[in-house]
Amino acid sequence: MKKPIVAILAVVLAIALLAGCAGNKGSTGSEDRNKVEDGIKIGINYELSGKVATYGQSSVEGIELAIEEINEAGGINGKKIIPVKYDTKSEPAEATTLATRLITQDKVVMILGPATSGSFKAQIPVAEKNRIPVISGSATDDSVTVDASGVKEYAFRICFTDSYQGTAMASYALNKLSAKKAAIIMDSSSDYGKGLAKNFREKFEAGGGTIVAEEAYVAGDTDFNGILTKIKGQDFDVIFIPGYYDEAGLIIKQARNLGIDVPILGADGFDSPKLLELAGAAALNNVYYSNHYSSLDEDPKVAKFIENFKAKYNKEPDAFNALGYDLAKFAADAISRAGSLDGESIKKAIEETENFDGVTGTFSIDENHNPVKSVVVIELKDGKQYRAEKIAD
Amino acid sequence: MERLLQQVVNGISLGSIYALIALGYTMVYGIIKLINFAHCDVYMIGAYVGYFCMSYFRLGLLPSLLIAMVVCMLLGVAIEKIAYRPLRNAARITVLITAIGVSLFLEYGTMFFVKAETRTYPPLTGWLARIFRIGNVVISMQQIVLVGITVILMVLLQFIVKKTKTGKAMRAVSIDQDAAELMGINVDTTISFTFALGSALAGAAGVLVGIYYNSINPLMGMVPGIKAFIAAVFGGIGIIPGAMIGGYFIGMVEVFVSGYGNSMFRDAVVYAILILILIVKPAGLLGKNVREKV
Amino acid sequence: MGRLNEHPAIKKAIALVLSYVIVQMLISTNIISDYLQVTLATICINIILAVSLNLITGITGQFSLGHAGFMSIGAYMCALIVLRMPTIPGFLLGVFAGAAAAALVGCVVGLPTLRLRGDYLAIATLGMAEIIRVIFLNLEITNGAAGLSGIPKFVNWFWLFVFTAGTILVISNFIRSSHGRACISVREDEIAADAMGINTTKYKVMAFTFGAFCAGIAGALYATSFYFIEPGLFGFMKSIDVLVIVVLGGLGSISGSVLAAVLLAVISTLLQSFPEIRMVLYALLLIIIMLFRPQGLMGSKEISLNVFGKLGDLFASRKRRV
Repeated sequence: MKKPIVAILAVVLAIALLAGCAGNKGSTGSEDRNKVEDGIKIGINYELSGKVATYGQSSVEGIELAIEEINEAGGINGKKIIPVKYDTKSEPAEATTLATRLITQDKVVMILGPATSGSFKAQIPVAEKNRIPVISGSATDDSVTVDASGVKEYAFRICFTDSYQGTAMASYALNKLSAKKAAIIMDSSSDYGKGLAKNFREKFEAGGGTIVAEEAYVAGDTDFNGILTKIKGQDFDVIFIPGYYDEAGLIIKQARNLGIDVPILGADGFDSPKLLELAGAAALNNVYYSNHYSSLDEDPKVAKFIENFKAKYNKEPDAFNALGYDLAKFAADAISRAGSLDGESIKKAIEETENFDGVTGTFSIDENHNPVKSVVVIELKDGKQYRAEKIAD
Repeated sequence: MERLLQQVVNGISLGSIYALIALGYTMVYGIIKLINFAHCDVYMIGAYVGYFCMSYFRLGLLPSLLIAMVVCMLLGVAIEKIAYRPLRNAARITVLITAIGVSLFLEYGTMFFVKAETRTYPPLTGWLARIFRIGNVVISMQQIVLVGITVILMVLLQFIVKKTKTGKAMRAVSIDQDAAELMGINVDTTISFTFALGSALAGAAGVLVGIYYNSINPLMGMVPGIKAFIAAVFGGIGIIPGAMIGGYFIGMVEVFVSGYGNSMFRDAVVYAILILILIVKPAGLLGKNVREKV
Repeated sequence: MGRLNEHPAIKKAIALVLSYVIVQMLISTNIISDYLQVTLATICINIILAVSLNLITGITGQFSLGHAGFMSIGAYMCALIVLRMPTIPGFLLGVFAGAAAAALVGCVVGLPTLRLRGDYLAIATLGMAEIIRVIFLNLEITNGAAGLSGIPKFVNWFWLFVFTAGTILVISNFIRSSHGRACISVREDEIAADAMGINTTKYKVMAFTFGAFCAGIAGALYATSFYFIEPGLFGFMKSIDVLVIVVLGGLGSISGSVLAAVLLAVISTLLQSFPEIRMVLYALLLIIIMLFRPQGLMGSKEISLNVFGKLGDLFASRKRRV
């Protein structure tokens, strides 16, 4: 065995360069963002594989439907949108890498996604550095757009924050359901679940309620009988389940099977036709969740979205689909008003958004880069949306 | 007391699933000393086959179960032929990497065709949907079916391994491949047969999970796969009764940690117990500590 | 062959400085874009991880599936320090504190578990990594599932180069030291090594601890390159990813690990253009490469500077045995 290892370094570098060239060839772009003649490039940086692929894929379905509609209607100010789509494999570091690729190589004017707060946060520094706006349709963690060091200049979202929904559901439990004692079963593997639980707890306790039990699960779990049997003996008026429909549907089903029939509360993570499939119609009574919109809404825009979505994908849309759809429309709206295609102008246009009329509600963007929109609490009866109540803060 | 009984019921149901999957791991490991990472994805494929049988062809539980078992059997044999057999004489860790490759391929291949979203089995009707209440203890028909079928399959497996000629061949190959070959045993066929058996069990587990939890997705195999493998190691890998004991044990531990301790630390406790057991008994609960000969 | 002690050392130094300077020049002249620099960071971090796992699994023969656990310790330690001390000394302190913490855990965990053999060890180390992950998931200071964000970025080509080249050099020198030879003997035949008077436990723990130390460095670099860490990053699949690099490169071949890390980065970059079937293609490639090259790209051989010499020899049609 010969000695020095070091020469490999040279080999490495050569190959690394090759990789770079390959990467360069793969993308179409050295042209400047402003000078694209044929269209407007928008980056779609989502979790298409890996553990949260289902959220990423759903969001992208909504986005692609919206882009199709926009392009059919003539594009943005006559220019077609050219989506550039990448898969982050559900890894934040990959999201950073791909955001860099989208911005510096593909020269996109903005990036949509990723779906989860962690990956979205990971790409924000790249966006700030290159002055390209990034928007998420589902990064709900409070600190995504604003943290101790101030507002993230180029980061926006169009979904509720965890604190907003958590607080709303706590007031709903206290005031509308007259609950005094609550149990929380949260998704401890996502910041969404933890954030909602924290805010629900704070508000509920501040309003004179007590949290009698707090249990946790991780995404992907299917057996909740252990937790449910444990809390069954305790006395509580409501169960709050901050998490997504995948697990919430199963928890509701197993809870009802075990004879726990108190009201069950959730947030927009519940909004999916899968909830009904997973839990079964019989279990979905006395279930309340907060959402952006309700299918009971008479709004023709919502009806049309649901119809178009069904036509393209042959299924009912869920919250991620709807938010993805709105996200692309919202982005197109900002670009059309921006006047120029540089990041700064688009950013300004996003900040100035007033009463954007989407399927997930009509909203404006506040100074913290969050949407101002009212939350709807939906009550389910036999698995169907039975009542929807708008709560204005 | 009722709570305890209820937790035992929960634990046995969960443990059955782990045990069924663990059997496949342990058999394959016993015979070719390979951690077959693709095994948990065979389980996932089984769940999807059952799903298509039940929702599109409207077949009953038993026919769906059998079809899923047969499909998985074929899949298992094919995986062994294509990805493992050419590497039989390579380092074991190499085969491990192809196993990982096959696992990723099955997961993302499935995801490409059916998308990442969760699918649900059609709602149960008739006798399958019944729920029994004994005092405050709730037992559902699905749980009875799940445990019942698991036990039947395990008995069947024990019979095949202990009483049939092929079973004898399997045991022989797992002890000494070369010697078995010299005795006229067709090693390739025996290994294929082992994969077929293990994969069929995984397929059955997939369908049973489908009807029990009603929720399947392309990555559903990952977590139970690791847990089941731990169950196999816990019981002493390569030992069939060990996998069964391990499966039920892990199921019970999980339920009891969630039920009486802190559910946040459920997985950590499972792993900690595993490490402790291995430190005390380095070859697992039923494993014999073989002195290495020089 | 290695009588001329000075020559290789000088060659080495020149090669090192050259490769650093060339890349630095390419970065300054913008030929290596931002995107390539990020990819370069991924490559270097993967190299450190793979080379250190190779020391444990390839050289010492101890099958470990817990590398992501050590990496997470380094990453969290460094992130926590850097968030409070966003300066270069803070960064260096973070890297070394992270690596030291990882090494400490590696040593503590290694002592009892390294008695286990083969796959049992693998599963025990996997369990250890999962326990570490669950702890990070539940700690207040690590911000649970939400992870730590806004970690300042310190890593640039200079630091990447220092740590990567450092790790490679130290580990390849270690392998050629008497300790390294002892480690190899443990891999080849533990009983025989024992009989020869080698304290096998000591060398196993040594390799394990040292591997953990390097994984800690990699984790620290990861945290300070990608702005964000969360417990979910350091799951079972991360350990598997590193193992794939090691086996793909060839067990026991340091240069193989380096090559494989680069190759996988190239593959990953090329596959980015096929978002829908990226992972399917990756899986297929993995199977095919292993089927056709079961011993890994390099087997257990190494490339050395003499490759260039040998190329020259080939032209002069004079063959030499390595």
